[in-house]
Amino acid sequence: MSNPKAAIYWASSCGGCEIAMLELGMNLIDISKKVDIVFWPAALDFKYSDVEAMPDKSIDVSFFNGAIQTSENEHMAKLLREKSKILIAFGACAYGGGIPALANTTGREQIFTRVYKETPTTDNPDGIIPQAKSQVKEGELTIPEFYNTVRTLNQTVDVDYYVPGCPPVGEQVLAVMNTVVSGKLPPKGSVIGASDKSLCDECKRVKGERKIKKIMRTYQVLPDTEKCLLDQGVICMGPATRGGCGAQCLDANMPCRGCYGPVPGVLDQGAKMLSALASNFDSENEEEIQKIAEGVVDPIGTFYRYGLARSLLRRAKA
Amino acid sequence: MSKLKSNFEPRIVGFLCKWCAYTGADLAGTSRIKYPPNVNPIRVMCSGRVDPVLVIKALASGADGVLIAGCHPGDCHYTNGNVKTIRRFRVLQKMLDQFGIERDRVRLEWVSASEGEKYARVVESMTENLRTLGPLNWNGKKEVSS
Repeated sequence: MSNPKAAIYWASSCGGCEIAMLELGMNLIDISKKVDIVFWPAALDFKYSDVEAMPDKSIDVSFFNGAIQTSENEHMAKLLREKSKILIAFGACAYGGGIPALANTTGREQIFTRVYKETPTTDNPDGIIPQAKSQVKEGELTIPEFYNTVRTLNQTVDVDYYVPGCPPVGEQVLAVMNTVVSGKLPPKGSVIGASDKSLCDECKRVKGERKIKKIMRTYQVLPDTEKCLLDQGVICMGPATRGGCGAQCLDANMPCRGCYGPVPGVLDQGAKMLSALASNFDSENEEEIQKIAEGVVDPIGTFYRYGLARSLLRRAKA
Repeated sequence: MSKLKSNFEPRIVGFLCKWCAYTGADLAGTSRIKYPPNVNPIRVMCSGRVDPVLVIKALASGADGVLIAGCHPGDCHYTNGNVKTIRRFRVLQKMLDQFGIERDRVRLEWVSASEGEKYARVVESMTENLRTLGPLNWNGKKEVSS
C-alpha cells in the first residue's frame, strides 16, 4: 500500500504554523517515511497548477493554516477541499481567524489608508493603493482581491477537523500527525490536538480569591511566578480558553492570550472571558467599578485576540 | 427621516429578574399602564445571571436592543448579584463601543417590584431611542416585522 498523501498550505498567516511543523524535529523524518507530501509551498517546490491537475479527493489529508482574507486564500481553500479527503483547519487563524481577523475591527479602506498612506515609514507620494486589476502597457495585471471581512476556514468551506493554537505546540502536532497516520480519527468536526478542559486545569499556579482591584498590563508589573495572574490583576484568558498547550506562556510568566480558542460548550470566548474577569472586580461602588473597567484598554483585542472571525458578532459595524 | 424609519418597530430582548423587574413589569400590566409592546421579556432568576454572551447572542441573532433590568443595588435577592451585573456591564459597554454598537441599544436599569410606572417609562424611552437609531440588522439577520 502506498503512503497517505498530505498537503500543507498557508493562507493569511504568519508562517508560525510551518515552524510548528518543523518543531517536530527528528520526528519529521519518521513521518516523512510514512506520509508523502504532495504540496507544501513553504518547503517544497510545487505549483498551484500541480494541485489543480490532481484528481479530486486524491490527497488524503490537507493541513490548512491561515485565515481567509483574499480571493487567493479562498481559491486555495476551495481547491484543497475539492482535492482532499480530509481537510484540517490547522492553527488559530484557520480555526478562529487568529490575529488577521483583528482586521475585522475596521475595514479594507481604513486598512489600506493606514498601510499605504499613513504609516511613517511609507513613501507613497502618488497615494497608490493596490487594485485587483490594473492596466499597464503590456496588458492587464491582476492581484488577489483583498476582502473587507476576514473569515475562518469553515466559514469558507466544509472542514473535517480543527487543530487550535498559535501555533499548535510541538507535541500536539506530533499527536495529530500520529492520529492521522493511524487512520483512527474521531468524529467529524472534532477539535484534535488539544484538551477538553480549560487551561486553568493544567496551570500550576496557586489560585486565590480572584479579587481584582486594578487591571495591570504586562509591562506595568513583574508578576509573582507562583500565584494566579488574575489574582494579580493581569488579564489571563485561561478560564475561557481550551487547554492542551501545557500552559507554556504561564511558565514564561506571561498571561494566556487565548490562542487555543473557547472551551467546549462555550459559544463566545470573548464574552465569556469578559464575564469571568469583570465578575471579580473587587468593589461594590459604581464609580470604583467604572475605574477598574477603564483598565481594560482594548476589550476586543484582549478577549477576541485569536477568535474574532468565529465569534458571535464576527466584526465591528462597517 | 425616511418612511421606512418611522414605520420601524424595534425588537428588544428584555432580561428581567424574577424578584424585581419582572414583578415590576407585571405590575405595569395589572395597573393597565400603556407602554410599547416592543420588549420580548425573558424572566431570569437574577440580573447577575445575564452573561454577556446572552446579550451578544441576542444582538447577533437579530435583536435591535437588549434591556437588562434587575433590583436596585442593595436590594438584590441574592445579596450582590446585581453588583456583578454592573461590573460586567461596564466592560461590556466598552467592548460594544468598539464593535460600533450604540450605547442606547444595550441598557441596564433598576426596576423594583413596585415600580410598574418606571418599567413602562424605561421601555417607552428605549423604544423611542431605537426607533431613531433604526434597525441593527447584525449579520444581515432581518428583524421579523410585527
